Amino acid sequence: MSDRSQLISTGEPFKFDQERDTEFERLIKRYPERESMILPALWLTQEQEGWISAEAIAYIADRIGTFASKVFECATFYTMYHLHPMGKYHICVCRTLSCWLRDKQAIVDFLKDEIGIEPGQKSEDGRFSLEEVECLGHCGTAPVVQINGEFHEEMDVEKLKALLAELN
Amino acid sequence: MEVKILSAKFDLEDGHKLEIAKQHGAYGTLDKLFAMKPEEVIEEVKASGLRGRGGAGFPAGVKWGFLPKGTGKPVYLAVNSDESEPATFKDRYILVKDPHMMIEGIIICSYAIGSHDTYIYIRGEYTSQVKALQAAIDEAYEAGYLGDKVAGHDFKLEVTVHRGAGAYVCGEETGLLESIEGKKGQPRAKPPFPAVSGLYGCPTIINNVQSIASLPFILEKGAEAYKAYGTEKSSGTHLFGISGHVEKPGMYELPLGLPLLEVVEKVAGGVWKGRTLKGVIPGGSSTPVLTPDEAKTVTLDYESMAEHKTMFGSGGIVVLDETVDMVKLVENLIYFYHHESCGQCTPCREGLGWMLKIIKKVVRGEGEMSDINLLLELCDNIEMKTVCVLSAACTMPVRSYLVKFRDEFDAYVSEDISTAAANQE
Repeated sequence: MSDRSQLISTGEPFKFDQERDTEFERLIKRYPERESMILPALWLTQEQEGWISAEAIAYIADRIGTFASKVFECATFYTMYHLHPMGKYHICVCRTLSCWLRDKQAIVDFLKDEIGIEPGQKSEDGRFSLEEVECLGHCGTAPVVQINGEFHEEMDVEKLKALLAELN
Repeated sequence: MEVKILSAKFDLEDGHKLEIAKQHGAYGTLDKLFAMKPEEVIEEVKASGLRGRGGAGFPAGVKWGFLPKGTGKPVYLAVNSDESEPATFKDRYILVKDPHMMIEGIIICSYAIGSHDTYIYIRGEYTSQVKALQAAIDEAYEAGYLGDKVAGHDFKLEVTVHRGAGAYVCGEETGLLESIEGKKGQPRAKPPFPAVSGLYGCPTIINNVQSIASLPFILEKGAEAYKAYGTEKSSGTHLFGISGHVEKPGMYELPLGLPLLEVVEKVAGGVWKGRTLKGVIPGGSSTPVLTPDEAKTVTLDYESMAEHKTMFGSGGIVVLDETVDMVKLVENLIYFYHHESCGQCTPCREGLGWMLKIIKKVVRGEGEMSDINLLLELCDNIEMKTVCVLSAACTMPVRSYLVKFRDEFDAYVSEDISTAAANQE
């Protein structure tokens, strides 16, 4: 989403909380090479903080014993890692073939209008961020929208209105 | 037309839970498995004619046979659950509805190939699915089907879920391996093939979720029972995903070899809203499109698709009705593949970008006839000139639309021709 070349520094040290620390230690035993933990560690970070900061990249590199550049490389290559904070509700609309055929554009247009932001942006109050993403693998129930990771299938503007109304 | 081989437990309430799955036969093949020699298992799978269900359709048993013997290195199994090809949405049903069928398949495969470590690579977008899968794996460990002694037998097996994070290219075998190793998912040059040098430089077998999930049936009922479904060269059943402009889109398990249009009509309810058919994408967005005329004679198997110069692919069928603007559809496709290019090979990284710029220009109404020809030329210059087939996954279908629906592309640029002609007068 948007600029994937810049890391943001929080100015605060980062470390895993107890739960993520335990999961990190469980997983690292499963791989013969420690660098295999780069993707899982980025996921653990994002689960904990919602996004991945410059401090987190350095911390992961230290924990694994690798170069920060290798962690950075993965954080930027894989588009699901957020390199800055998303909205409280992060909305992903699938833009690919089957969803496109079943009018995903109506959903995108509605959201742009309703929230007042373009895909790739976050609303000023921080409540919403919007993203158009590639095929989400729910083509049989297109169009599909993912809000904070949860799938909503066979969407249309009416259903989306009701869904947004439920969010606090 | 529908059959219930892989999907037998999909309709059960809580069929994903070990207790219910066991009542319906889950893990029932293990005693038979461990009484067999690994080579016998491989022979049975070869005899079944099971072909890789990820898209390439390579015979599964033959692939296993490529493993070198006596290397002294560990053998790895990677289960490909990346499922990112647009119009493909079959594997997630297995992950959520009957994960134990897949875990049983992993045990069968691991025993056959002598592997004690499996990594299941699942796409990052599958958030609820990864939780369901992990819960089933935890159950299997708890019940002793995974771990130091699989079902009490002298066979150790560890299964680890590795989450991707939004890169289509990681569905490519070696891109997937790179990703497990903690790198960007940039595919490797082959040879060496993964069977010889794969994960961590060790012999590795990579199989699709559905291929693996087909194994318990084959082992339980035998190769002949599996071959009773499908055609001679395309045996068995497949989880077809039907999407786009049909009345009843969804996932349907069918034997291979059925007539495509009959399936669209009888299984998926036909073209929606009483409209007429304009085209069918037979096996995921990377497969060349079929015109209604071509579709009349196609059957859903590898041979028929090849005869019609397209591919069975992942079995993701997309139905296009008369209203579809093929030029804009091609724009949507090129956008996808350009976005997903890993950036390693210049023809793909730059070429797909050029194609996107040109098609956008055409869509804006600023294109010329030479742009359409340039697109065709680019397809030829990009295809098969890269490390992996991602670029071909774009150029093959794009060429098919350009050739089969040329009129529509010409119409977008014809205005320009009349203007040019007027200027010359």
